[in-house]
Amino acid sequence: MKTKTHQTIVLNEVPCPFCSLICDDLVIQNKDSKLTVKENGCAKVKAHFAQPLPDSTPALKGKSCSIDKAIKAAATILKQSSAPLIAGLGTDIGGMRSVMHLADNIGATIDHMHSDGVIRNTLVLQDLGWVMTTMAEIKNRADFIIFAGTDASNYPRFFERVIWNKNSLFRNIKKRKIVYIGDKLKTSTGRSPEGKLPTVLKCEQEEINEIISVLHAIIAGNIIQTPKIAGISLATLLKLAKQMQEAKYGVIVWAPGELNFPHAELTIQSICELVKYLTRTTRFAGFTLAGADGAMSANNVSAWQSGFPLRVNFSKGFPRHDVGRNSTKSLLKNKEVDALMWISSFSSNTRPPKAKIPTVVLATPEAKLDFKPDVFIPVATPGIDHSGQLIRTDNVVSLPLKKLRDSKYMSVSDILNRIIELI
Amino acid sequence: MLIKLSGGTVYDPVHGINGEKRDIYLQDGYITRKPASSIKIDKTYDLNGKIIMAGAIDIHTHIGGGKVNIARMMLPEDHRADLVSKTKLTRSGCGHAAPSTLTAGYRYAEMGYTACFEPAMLPSNARQAHMEMADTPMVDKGAYAMLGSDDFFLRMLTAKKDREAISDYVGWIINATQAIAIKVVNPGGINAFKFNQRKLDLDEQNEHYGVSPREIIKSLARAVRELGVPHPLHLHGCNLGVPGNMHTTLDTIRAVEGMPLHLTHVQFHSYGTEGDRKFSSGAAEIAEAVNSNPNISIDVGQVLFGQTVTASGDTMRQYAGHWHAHPKKWVIMDIECDAGCGVVPFKYRDKNFVNALQWAIGLELFLLINDPWRIFLTTDHPNGAPFTSYPHLIRLLMDRSFRNDMLATINKGAAAASILSSIDREYTLYEIATMTRAAPARSLGLKNRGHLGGGAIADITVYNNIKNKEKMFEKPLYVFKNGEEIVKNGKIVKVVTGGTHTLRPDYDKSIEKSLKKYFDRYMTVKLGNFKIDDDEIVEHGNGNIIVQPCT
Repeated sequence: MKTKTHQTIVLNEVPCPFCSLICDDLVIQNKDSKLTVKENGCAKVKAHFAQPLPDSTPALKGKSCSIDKAIKAAATILKQSSAPLIAGLGTDIGGMRSVMHLADNIGATIDHMHSDGVIRNTLVLQDLGWVMTTMAEIKNRADFIIFAGTDASNYPRFFERVIWNKNSLFRNIKKRKIVYIGDKLKTSTGRSPEGKLPTVLKCEQEEINEIISVLHAIIAGNIIQTPKIAGISLATLLKLAKQMQEAKYGVIVWAPGELNFPHAELTIQSICELVKYLTRTTRFAGFTLAGADGAMSANNVSAWQSGFPLRVNFSKGFPRHDVGRNSTKSLLKNKEVDALMWISSFSSNTRPPKAKIPTVVLATPEAKLDFKPDVFIPVATPGIDHSGQLIRTDNVVSLPLKKLRDSKYMSVSDILNRIIELI
Repeated sequence: MLIKLSGGTVYDPVHGINGEKRDIYLQDGYITRKPASSIKIDKTYDLNGKIIMAGAIDIHTHIGGGKVNIARMMLPEDHRADLVSKTKLTRSGCGHAAPSTLTAGYRYAEMGYTACFEPAMLPSNARQAHMEMADTPMVDKGAYAMLGSDDFFLRMLTAKKDREAISDYVGWIINATQAIAIKVVNPGGINAFKFNQRKLDLDEQNEHYGVSPREIIKSLARAVRELGVPHPLHLHGCNLGVPGNMHTTLDTIRAVEGMPLHLTHVQFHSYGTEGDRKFSSGAAEIAEAVNSNPNISIDVGQVLFGQTVTASGDTMRQYAGHWHAHPKKWVIMDIECDAGCGVVPFKYRDKNFVNALQWAIGLELFLLINDPWRIFLTTDHPNGAPFTSYPHLIRLLMDRSFRNDMLATINKGAAAASILSSIDREYTLYEIATMTRAAPARSLGLKNRGHLGGGAIADITVYNNIKNKEKMFEKPLYVFKNGEEIVKNGKIVKVVTGGTHTLRPDYDKSIEKSLKKYFDRYMTVKLGNFKIDDDEIVEHGNGNIIVQPCT
């Protein structure tokens, strides 16, 4: 797309790359390469789109240099490393394909900045599995929705798009029942357009598991003696259990990144086992809100190219999947890696870890770093500066990202492909 | 570059060549006629005593898309047993039940395959399916778009839309998702499961829409024919795995009233209810129906023993089957008012009566269906077994004494319940070449593939002539893809990308008006973003688009 001076271009149906809902109804104006959200963006992303393109250059230890020199220096660091870590992974499918190729070539470990959440789900999938659903099914089929430990506020348009949506194929939206279980949840969004309030079961995030387990026990026909469970009266849970069994299409929503306590995967597993049990008689499904900064894409590309979801190590020449050992935090802490490449092409707020090993940072030009990495290369943002694809939070739908403006910065994929050639 | 394949024994059923000694010439990726003697030949392969066939084509193999990737994510223990190291040429990965895309491509090529078709591409997941297929090197790919449980189509049927409108929708789907054919899985059943229906027979109605699988099958089979899609409607029928489903299958054959229809993984749909276990083989009746209805083609979906994973769009039947999951984990997903998927790991045991009889039923079908042009070799990878078991399966078909030796090792009750030991038939190389090359190419409308005539794409496999057919087919001497030597002695010598076969049927574009309205109101992506541009498939440099003509 060529942008001439003083030209205003309006683009419709623009997919937004900044959260994993990937809303694709945005109307974006490009006026002299300055982007403005004209319609449908949430408050959160308006600022992202409006970010100007600062004049940044590649740099070696803070000293400005040419792109060729920076790529060469990055290649040298990775080549000399015997245990490199490629982390952050804030990129699109194309960038991730190149990450996989590079990691395989140099025997690196790969890990995403939001893996902690993604991996809680992975553990449940690999242990017992689940029954899941996607956004359009919730929008059209769900009559009963439980938010477990999340209020979806990190996904600002979730309620607008699939809970209080205007049109639905099969459901009277007004009759949708909303339940929240958890702590510090903003439950006002759960109020229906007619003013009907949601049911709120306030408990510690760590206590969600207890409530879910008791609901499961009740639904399975067990007699519960305890009058209060995690501060909630048994009568409330008995009522909720009955509503769940009577639902035509129930959904339990959780955000693995927001269940941030040790062994939260067991809470997720309890949710999934309850959903499975309900599926014996009615229809129920899980839904997960996760994966900003391309985390779902990274997880999926890792799975299809290596056979394993995230946290894979290639040091032996073949992929090794270990969700505990291969985490950025523990690899750096245990000094198991000797070079770090950090990738973050969506948000300037995601900071690389400060490590005492040679570090290459591929980040948005406006990234504010609190240290001077050995190599810094400003990169283009997928869906803003170049086209691409991203996978949505439900792990099924992927959207085509558009190029909205001309950028002088290279894509992550192009940079990594040049590094691959040099190694 | 002019290449001569000299003196090999050629099996080319399209041209009726049955084991004749022939020279074959390759130039610029194509097979060419014998050049004038004045023209210099750049390279000659002496293939005296070697067997030459076109590259093999797998018409039904789950190699890409969401359900396969769920299977990959959920089975680290299976992958850890088959890790694949990188080499100077090839990338690392892993194999067995749900291999990584790269390993799948390498292993298909190393087995002499040059094209693979993903049979269950959900339109809402098509972009990812294409991305996975693009990352499957060596072979050409293609995919069948899944319809029949999508709410847009069922609303059309309920509203009694005319057949032209339905054809327009089907044509639009093929174009928008870059598909080459149409698949229907448990017609209307995936949808009915979302309304909590747990079974749906051929004439049972979807409770919400009031339409039956019979109506869905007829409507889609007609649309596919009217659009000129070469491959018939690819049908995964009702009642998969249910004892007695042979009657559903026979009724389904009658239901299409002579229209072309492809019944996929028929082994899973050929069960009777005879005997003490109320589970018996319906292979003889199914074979008889296939033999006497020339509009019907099938693939078998052979079961072979061992651990695998079943990945299917059929949520209704996968849910019912999850009780048998091994290991005990499983996934069911409802997807985008479009379809769904179910992933259930499974271990077929030779000493288990049902599994052993499934194995026998598949072989009975292979051996009782006469026309190799209408039966294709599949295991419904990975549902019956991983595709890497094809050489073993070919030996079972070609070698009666080997087959009977295997039969003697399975569950005694199943062996006794099967007529397998009484069947003398052994497949010939000519028949194998038909069912794995010529016939799938013809069925899919790939005119310049699946044969070795002048003008064909030079996708060629050369085998050593070994008596043990498993050994012969698992390790070809050479594989040529688009005229380039890519495999030697069963190992990759050159990595190529492969293209994507698509079809561009004509349809009335005004269908987009009602589709746009539907997408804006009910879907969660915009119509424009649902469609997959050519650029998306070719941009990453790992594939090209091959547009096949409609009939």
